[in-house]
Amino acid sequence: MKFFGKTKIDFIGKRRIAFAISSVIILAGIVSLVINQGPKYSIDFTGGVSMELELTPVAEGAQIIKVQEIRDALTNAGIEDAEIQEIKGKEGKQLVLIKTQAVGEMKDKTSTKVIDVIKQQFPDNVDPETLIRLQEEVGPKIGEELKGKAILAIFWALLGIILYIWWRFELTFGLAAVAALFHDVLITVGIFSLLGKEISLSIVAALLTIVGYSLNDTIVVFDRIREDLKLYRKESYGSVINYSINETLSRTIITSLTTFVVVLCLYIFGGSVIHDFAFALLVGVVVGTYSSIFVASPLMVEHFNKKEKKLGSRTKKKK
Amino acid sequence: MRNRKIRGLIILVVLLVTAYYFLPMVVPNLPSFWTTKRLKLGLDLQGGSQIQLEVDFTNSELSDKEREDAIKTAYEIIRNRIDQFGVAEPLIQRVANTNRIIIQLPGLKDPSRAKNLIGKTAMLEFKFVASSEQMQETYEAMDKFLQENIEKYEFMSEFVDADETEEVVDVLGSDEETDDESYENAMIFTDLTTSEEGMPLQIDYKHIAKLKSLLMDPEFVKNVPTGLQISLGKENKDDPYSARNIYILHKNAEITGTSLENAITKIGQGYTAKDKGPYIMLEFKKSGAKKFKNITGQNIGERLAIILDDIVFMAPTIESRIPDGQARITGNFTIEECHDLVIVLNAGSLPAPVNIIEERTVGPTLGSDSIKAGIMAALIGMIAVILFMMVYYKLSGFFADIAVTVNVAFIVAVMTMLEGTLTMPGIAGMILTIGMAVDANVIIFERIREYLAAGKTIRSAVDSGFNRALVTILDANITTLITALVLYQFGTGPIKGFAVTLSIGIVGSMFASIVLVKAIFDGLITNSAKDKLSI
Repeated sequence: MKFFGKTKIDFIGKRRIAFAISSVIILAGIVSLVINQGPKYSIDFTGGVSMELELTPVAEGAQIIKVQEIRDALTNAGIEDAEIQEIKGKEGKQLVLIKTQAVGEMKDKTSTKVIDVIKQQFPDNVDPETLIRLQEEVGPKIGEELKGKAILAIFWALLGIILYIWWRFELTFGLAAVAALFHDVLITVGIFSLLGKEISLSIVAALLTIVGYSLNDTIVVFDRIREDLKLYRKESYGSVINYSINETLSRTIITSLTTFVVVLCLYIFGGSVIHDFAFALLVGVVVGTYSSIFVASPLMVEHFNKKEKKLGSRTKKKK
Repeated sequence: MRNRKIRGLIILVVLLVTAYYFLPMVVPNLPSFWTTKRLKLGLDLQGGSQIQLEVDFTNSELSDKEREDAIKTAYEIIRNRIDQFGVAEPLIQRVANTNRIIIQLPGLKDPSRAKNLIGKTAMLEFKFVASSEQMQETYEAMDKFLQENIEKYEFMSEFVDADETEEVVDVLGSDEETDDESYENAMIFTDLTTSEEGMPLQIDYKHIAKLKSLLMDPEFVKNVPTGLQISLGKENKDDPYSARNIYILHKNAEITGTSLENAITKIGQGYTAKDKGPYIMLEFKKSGAKKFKNITGQNIGERLAIILDDIVFMAPTIESRIPDGQARITGNFTIEECHDLVIVLNAGSLPAPVNIIEERTVGPTLGSDSIKAGIMAALIGMIAVILFMMVYYKLSGFFADIAVTVNVAFIVAVMTMLEGTLTMPGIAGMILTIGMAVDANVIIFERIREYLAAGKTIRSAVDSGFNRALVTILDANITTLITALVLYQFGTGPIKGFAVTLSIGIVGSMFASIVLVKAIFDGLITNSAKDKLSI
C-alpha cells in the first residue's frame, strides 16, 4: 500500500505563503500573550494551591454542591479569590477544582485550611477516603526555582542541539533547525495562551519533547538534503531541496501519522492528569511536521540563495 | 557469516534478559527469586503524598558547620516522627547540598496530619500566666501602641471605627465631641478580644488571623511590656470556628522539653468531661522532676501554662506540690491528636523551624484512574499503530510490529532491572515511543521501496536501505536523546520518569528496528527464493 507515489509538489516555490501563514499564527499567539501579560503559568511556577476534590453526595438526601456555595464557604474562612471549577467525573462523580495563588509563604497551610472548611461545611458530601484526588501546594520560592530550571533546560536543550547539528552538518543547518523549533514552541505556547490553558511543569516537558520530535523530523529531511546536494550538483539549491522534501514526504507523513494517533489516544483515553500534556504534544506533532517541510528546509534555500548571490551560482561554479 | 553469529547472539541475550524482567509483569506466581526486582509505581499512580521541607535558618546565626548539624538532626527527628506515624515504606531523603528534605508517603489519603506532625518544632515549655495587673498593663500598652501606629496596621482599622460608635452610644454626646475623645481612648487591641466575666479573655475565630499577624510583627512584639508575652490558646477540634483563648504569660520558661523523659497517651476513664477521653502523661527526668517539684511547691495558686510550639494547650492552677515529676496535659483531644503530640514530644524538638515549601498529594482514586487510563491509551495506541503498519507495509510492517512490541517489553524490563519508578508521564513517554519507534522502520522501508523501484535486487535494496537509513536514524534519534537527557537533568520526579522511559525507548527502538528487523530480513531473504518482497 502507498499513500504517495513519486510526488513533485513545489514546496519551496510556496515558501512565501507558508512563511505568511506561520507569521500570522505566531503573531496571533504573541498578541494574545501580550494582552494576557505573558503565558498563564500554573502554580508550579507562581506558587499556590491546586486541588481536585470529590464531593459526590454520600449521605442520604445530600444535594450536589453549587460552586457558589463553595466559594462562599471559602470566602467566609478568609480564602478569597479562589478559582473554583466543576469538572465532569466518571460514573456521576462530582469533582471540583480549586485553585488559589500563593499567599505569602506556605506557613498558612492553605490547602489544609480548604480541606477543613470543606469537611466542616459539606459533611454530607465528604467521604474522607476519597475526598482528596489531587492536592498540590507550591511555595513561591519553589515556583521561582522551577521557573529558572525550566528556562535553563530549554536553553541547554537548544544549545546541545545546535552543537550536535553543527558537528554533523554545518552551523546553518543547526540554526535553521533551531529557528524551526522556536517556530514550533512559539505556536504551541501561543495556542495555549489563546485557549487560556496553563503552562505547568509538565507542559514545559511537553515543549521539550516537541522540540525533540520536530527536530527528529527536520533532521531526516536535512539528511536527505545533504545527500542530494552531493548527488545532483547541477541542479539549483531550491530544486534539490524541493526534491529532498518530496522524497522524504511519505516517511514524514507516515511517522507523523503514527505519532499523532498514539498521542491522540493519550489525549482521549489518558485521563485528566495527562490531558493538557497530550494536547501540547498533539499541537506539537502537527506543527513540528509542518515546520520541517515549510520552515526549516525553505530557510536553508534562503540561506543558500544568499550565499549564491555572494559567491556566484553553484551550477556555474562547479563547471 | 561470523558477524551474523555475533549479531544473533546479541539479539538472543537482549531478548532473554528482556523476557526475564518483563515476565513478572504478566505471569503471576513466578518463583520468588524471579520477582525480587520489581517496577515500583510512582505516587501519582498508587496515591500518596510528597512533601518537601526546608530547614529555616533566616532567624538564626549559625556557622556552616552548625547548620549542617542542624539539618542532620532535623532529618533524624523527622525520620523518627514519620517512622512512628505508621505509613508503609516511607521515603525520607535529604536533597544533597541544600537544607531541604523530601518525604514520600505512599498511600496517604490526607496529608494534613502528616504535615502537622512534620512541621511541629515541638518546643515544649512551661510558663507562668501573668497576674491580672500585668494583663491589664499589657492590654493598655498594646492599645496605646496600636493607636499611635494605626497607619502601619491597616487591618486593625475596623476597631477604631467600632470604638467610635460605641462611644457615641455610651456618652450620648454630640458627634464632634466624641470623635476626638473616642479616638484617644480607642481600645484597639482590647476590642480584638472578648471577655466575659470570670472567663479568660478570648478571641473570635474571625479575628484570629489578625492576632496572628500582630504576633508575627516584630515591632508589635517589641512593645509588649518587658518580660511578658501574648500567646494564643489551642483550637477546639470539635468546633474549629469557635473562639480561642488568649493568654498573657511570663516570657521566661520554667521548664522546657529538654527535661522531658517520656510522654505517653492515656485514656481517662472518669465521668466528668475533664477526666474522660485521651490525655498526655508527661514524665520528667530526675533533674526535671526536682525542678518541677520546687516550682509547683512554691507557686500554689498560680496558673502554669503548658505551651507547645507557642500554642498554649492548657493553663491549670497549681493546687499542690507535684513531687513525682509527672504532669498531664488534658483538654479536648482526639485520639489521633494525642498520638501525634506524643510522637513529636518523644522524638525531640527540631533544632530550627522547618517550613513545608512544596506538597503534592494524589488520592488513591485518581491514582487508579490514571493507571487504567494510561494502560487503555497505551493499548489502543499500540493496536492502531500495529494495524496500520501491517496494512501499509504488509509482511515488513509485521516485522516492524515485532520491533515495537519488543521495544515496549524492553522499556518495562529495563525499568524493572533498574528498579525504577513508573509514573504517569513515564507511561506517556512509553506511548510516545510506540508512535516514534516505528519511525526508524518507516525510514528504512521507504528507502528499500525507493531502491526496489530503482530496479535493485531485493538483497541489495534491503542492504543499502538499512545502511543508508542508519545514518539518518542515528542523527535523528541522538538529538531526541539530547532533549531527553536535558529533561532528566532538570526535571523533578515525574518529569524524570518521562525522560527515562523516553530515553530507554529511543535506545530500544534503534536496537529493535535496526538490528532485530534486519536479522529477520536477512533470515527471510536467505531462506526463501522469492523474488518479491512484501513491503
